[in-house]
Amino acid sequence: MSGGSYYVPATSKWPVLGSLALGVMMIGAGMALVHGNGTIVMSLGLIGVLTVMALWFRDVVMESRQGLYDAQMDRSFRQGMGWFIFSEVMFFAAFFGALFYIRVFALPWLDGEGAKGVAALLWPDFSATWPLMSPPDPSVSGPREVMNPWQLPLVNTLILVASSITLTIAHEGLKESNRTACRNWLIATLALGFVFVIIQGVEYYQAVTHYGITLQAGIYGATFFMLTGFHGLHVIIGVTILAVMLVRILRGHFGGHDHFGFEASCWYWHFVDVVWIGLFLFVYVF
Amino acid sequence: MAPKLPPHHSLQHSSTTATAGGQVHDDHDHHPQPRGIMRWLLTTNHKEIGSLYLIFSLIMFFIGGIFALVVRAELFQPGLNLINPEFFNQMTTMHGLIMVFAAVMPAFTGLANWMIPLQIGAPDMALPRLNNFSFWLLPVAFTLLLSTLLMPGGGPNFGWTFYAPLSTTYAPPSTTFFILSLHIAGVSSILGAINIVATILNMRAPGMRMMDMPLFVWTWLITAFLLIAVMPVLAGVITMMLMDINFGTSFFDAAGGGDPVLFQHLFWFFGHPEVYIMILPAFGIVSAIIPTFARKRLFGYASMVYATASIAVLSFLVWAHHMFVVGLPLAATLFFMYTTMLIAVPTGVKVFNWITTLFRGSITFEVPMLFALAFVVLFTIGGFSGLMLAIAPADFQYHDTYFVVAHFHYVLVPGAVFSIMAAVYYWLPKWTGHYPSEILGKWHFWLSVIGVNLTFFPMHFSGLAGMPRRIPDYALQFADFNLVSSLGAFLFGFSQLIFVWVIIKCVRGGVKAPAKAWDGAEDLEWSVPSPAPLHTFETPPDFKPVQH
Amino acid sequence: MRKMLALMTGGGTLFGGASLAHANGWNMPVGVTDLSAEIYTLHMTIFWICVVIGIVVFGVMFYSLFKFRRSKGAKSAHFHENTTVEVIWTAVPLLILVGMAVPATATLQKMYDASDAELDVMITGQQWRWRYEYLGEDVAFNSNMSTPRAQITGEEERGEHYLLEVDEPLVLPINRKVRFLLTADDVIHSWWVPDFAVKQDTIPGFINENWVRINEPGIYRGQCAELCGMDHGFMPIVVHAMEEDEFDQWLVERKEAAEAEAMGVDREWEMDELMERGEQVYGSICASCHQADGGGSPPAFPGLAGNQELIDDVDWHIDVVLNGVSGTAMPAFRSNLNPVELAAVVTYSRNAWGNDTGDAVQPAEIVELLE
Ligand code: HEA
Ligand code: HEA
Ligand code: HEC
Ligand code: CUA
Ligand SMILES: [Cu+2]
Repeated sequence: MSGGSYYVPATSKWPVLGSLALGVMMIGAGMALVHGNGTIVMSLGLIGVLTVMALWFRDVVMESRQGLYDAQMDRSFRQGMGWFIFSEVMFFAAFFGALFYIRVFALPWLDGEGAKGVAALLWPDFSATWPLMSPPDPSVSGPREVMNPWQLPLVNTLILVASSITLTIAHEGLKESNRTACRNWLIATLALGFVFVIIQGVEYYQAVTHYGITLQAGIYGATFFMLTGFHGLHVIIGVTILAVMLVRILRGHFGGHDHFGFEASCWYWHFVDVVWIGLFLFVYVF
Repeated sequence: MAPKLPPHHSLQHSSTTATAGGQVHDDHDHHPQPRGIMRWLLTTNHKEIGSLYLIFSLIMFFIGGIFALVVRAELFQPGLNLINPEFFNQMTTMHGLIMVFAAVMPAFTGLANWMIPLQIGAPDMALPRLNNFSFWLLPVAFTLLLSTLLMPGGGPNFGWTFYAPLSTTYAPPSTTFFILSLHIAGVSSILGAINIVATILNMRAPGMRMMDMPLFVWTWLITAFLLIAVMPVLAGVITMMLMDINFGTSFFDAAGGGDPVLFQHLFWFFGHPEVYIMILPAFGIVSAIIPTFARKRLFGYASMVYATASIAVLSFLVWAHHMFVVGLPLAATLFFMYTTMLIAVPTGVKVFNWITTLFRGSITFEVPMLFALAFVVLFTIGGFSGLMLAIAPADFQYHDTYFVVAHFHYVLVPGAVFSIMAAVYYWLPKWTGHYPSEILGKWHFWLSVIGVNLTFFPMHFSGLAGMPRRIPDYALQFADFNLVSSLGAFLFGFSQLIFVWVIIKCVRGGVKAPAKAWDGAEDLEWSVPSPAPLHTFETPPDFKPVQH
Repeated sequence: MRKMLALMTGGGTLFGGASLAHANGWNMPVGVTDLSAEIYTLHMTIFWICVVIGIVVFGVMFYSLFKFRRSKGAKSAHFHENTTVEVIWTAVPLLILVGMAVPATATLQKMYDASDAELDVMITGQQWRWRYEYLGEDVAFNSNMSTPRAQITGEEERGEHYLLEVDEPLVLPINRKVRFLLTADDVIHSWWVPDFAVKQDTIPGFINENWVRINEPGIYRGQCAELCGMDHGFMPIVVHAMEEDEFDQWLVERKEAAEAEAMGVDREWEMDELMERGEQVYGSICASCHQADGGGSPPAFPGLAGNQELIDDVDWHIDVVLNGVSGTAMPAFRSNLNPVELAAVVTYSRNAWGNDTGDAVQPAEIVELLE
């Protein structure tokens, strides 16, 4: 434990403004979904949330650069980030859990297999397959065709794995105070992240227009889009974070030893990468 | 039993009592402190945020309580007397939601905010600004939640467990707002929990090892872990609902290949640990209070820690005991029955340790102790009915009857809520510098104990006799039980006004309390002055573990 | 006054209640099946185990509270750890639990064994009634609560079986193993008759199995046990258990009646007949959502009276009733009602409450559409 003193931050207006903005955003979202007229409110809230985050983080960066944080504060940040990522893991676990439950239990039951196979009485024509092309009720139209995992998804896998590697190299560069290397590899990582998002966009476009995979296309469409969609959202957030890191590197922030902001971004990016591996295996391949 | 005030000698067993100010890096010395409402809006101080949480939760306890009283008033007699079934369902649902998410959980978080830094000798929480954020999300979330009651079609009416498809395809339009408000509350819980974990792991006074931490800190560490692990799952499942409602996905609809039971698995994977989230900190509080007033060290400290951890681990493996009648395969039913029964073992260890702590102590009965003792007895009764519910074949009869309602109110009201009241009486001297009124406190206690039992004990009988939950009207043979329950509920409810009175009186003045307000109290919080100054432990205290 | 008395006796016996627990109305019924009796025994066994543990635990606790008070000069001892006792009080409860788990497992296995049933009954939960279908027998009917509204609002004296009475009870034979197949059309319900110790959720889109073998003839009552919306509290279950031959006779009669109605499909129906039958169907099925006066309760449930879309478009009207509106509470009735009922209810709603379209939809038309 550190002896001596401890940094207690001054009062701050960001937390309360942030929660207000989040509230506005949620109300807007609700209005948009329920009454169809909340987009403006939601956007204002979102802008508010993003602004508050930006200013809040700016404060933290400034305090950090003023040397206000000691080793203990650094540990707090590390643990905070670590546990935050754990919570994200559990969020994805819910969706993976849903996917496994549907595939292992629900669909076979609906098809007459297993402990609750009597359910098939209700769906005499149904046969359980995965990917589920024809849902039990014919009025729900399933996808016409599904992604070939060995095309775009494979490319995307390679891209993300590569980006994890380039990011690690960038991190090593920073540790050795080789800032040019760090900058270059970070740019490479960002580029890979961008390409991933674009490819994912192309894939979505194909899915919707050519394959008939939509959110409404039965449970396959639902799990496909929710899992890849939340992952994609996390990639976009990760790219944004890495972009901020690039700006900070360019401005000469971070030392060879104290660069937790950078390290946290790396953790986050690797986490996003690992989630993708899970997706690739269980959403695309198997 | 003549009320006995604790001795007044000001005994400070630590020379390192901290005083405010004087720190090199302290920003707050250079900026003027904002005043008035701004002070509370902008604060980063764990004590102020703790107070905010506690006040918020008290208000919500009353709101949730008033909803319960509406339910009880309707059930006072057979027939539809006051409200229509639709509104009844909204009241039941909102009562459960508000009590769980807005009263009990924030109260424990408030206590954690106030006491954990004091108990581990830290100057504040690890991430003070985040702490403020976690709090201010709550009023936003619950204002939104309560406002759904005024929306067209009414508020949530599908029970606090919101089973699909009643909560999706068949739900009122306000459900989308309900989901979004729960998202905000979830963010608040997760961030708050992260903060607590970081504080405990990282901010302990030099020399304080994990196994030196007070049990309140231990139980909260484990609770916070549970929160971080399960709140995101709740977020996930309500997101699926949102998609089913608004975007035509079929997670919970067999027509598209989904399954309504999937909802329940996900919900209870969150929901069961959630009920332990509401009881583990209570265990910590009782483990602090009983040794203090028995003037004897807690028996079996280490086994208490291990028991808490075992309960937490088991809590991830028992969720489907809420789903015995949904038609689980036999193997699953057996698995969940066995794991659920196992929880009685570590919980029993806790009960036995408390009682052995009392054994050959030197016991006095101040108000916090009374609440703690009532906790031990009544929680155990609730635990017994829990164990009965765990026996799957019998649960086929108990499930969704008032027997279940009796079970969970015993563990929640004289369980969780009593422990919170005990904590408030116990730590009020530290917070305000005054002792709470012993006489009023005793009135509050005895009326509450009588009220609670009058309300919830008959529910065992009405449940066994066949009264289902969540019905606005009932067959005539349940009339007497319900009459008693309703009278008890009003007695209990109105007794809580005494509680508020005690608190207000205590904040305003009263018998001055020394640093060590209770002569048997040993933890670090009793080494700082009463009331605890705004800033404490800015230089870490010199912590000496108790000698073995 | 009677209430006060009830209250006092209620309150007085409250805490002695445990010992009275086997008296009627305080406790779980023993029931009329082997399994229900077994479950009752299991329930009482765990109950008494808990009572004994409670007496021991609270005994030690209250002994300590009386014996070791400071006001009596008690000085606190210093012990605070003892591995042996910790091990003992971990192991002993564990053994007790194993003792409970053994009979529980045995009972559970029997409950799950629905094989070799002599009669299959499909039970379908609907907001807010039950539908019973004797599989393979062509007999099916709906069962609605029959307690009048006036009793609920208190304008009329409440009857003995207030809220626990239906227009058509489920009829079952005694001494035969009856298998239930349970499902739902809309939300989750739960079919519960305490005397059978059968409580099983009905999950839309899935089927659960359960079974019963009743030992005694009689009338047994229960209620829907899963929150299913507004009228969850008004969804009772009544089972009429009959001697076997009596049941067989009943089944034959029902079959004949069903056949007679099926014959009706082929003939032309008069407007009056359709309206009469339609009003009956409407009252028992549709009124719970669309209200008896056809006014509905917008926005959730649209009104049918004066509904222009409905008046203008008979094909659409029939389609909605046959196939429901997916994603809403409006169920598909194609397999829940027979062609006569469908034709009648459509005709009724096209002519009642001033809709006055004059259309008489014939059962034969419906049969065509159903194919
Ligand atoms: C604080 C909250 C809390 C706590 C601590 C508990 C504790 C327990 N609960 Fe409870 N429970 C709820 C809150 C809680 N519960 C809620 C809110 C619901 C309903 C949700 C809803 O549907 O709305 C519920 C419902 C519920 C059900 C589902 C019932 C149903 O819907 O059909 C079950 C079934 O197994 C159950 C079991 C248990 C068990 C075994 C424990 C155990 O942890 C209890 C262990 C304690 C003891 C056993 C007593 C002390 C031990 C000894 C003295 C040792 C010796 C004892 C023996 C060997 C017997 N609970
Ligand atoms: C911690 C949680 C908690 C707490 C503390 C309580 C407290 C109480 N609950 Fe509980 N309850 C739940 C959690 C809780 N409950 C849950 C989870 C459910 C399940 C919901 C569901 O089925 O979905 C439930 C369901 C539930 C039911 C079943 C409803 C049904 O199935 O239809 C009933 C019925 O009696 C009930 C009663 C009460 C009562 C009388 C109290 C009393 O303790 C309340 C005490 C009252 C007050 C504190 C009010 C004080 C206010 C005043 C005196 C007025 C003063 C006025 C002003 C100041 C303006 N509750
Ligand atoms: C469980 C509730 C419920 C029951 C029972 C029910 N309905 Fe409906 N009905 C609805 C709902 C909800 C809608 C609105 C669907 C929509 O939003 O398009 C509806 C719509 C309709 C419509 C179309 C009206 C319109 O304006 O969209 C008709 C016609 C109709 N119902 C007739 C019937 C008949 C006839 C019966 C009985 C045999 C019946 N309903 C039973 C809930 C119900
Ligand atoms: Cu049907 Cu409750
Ligand atoms: Cu549980």
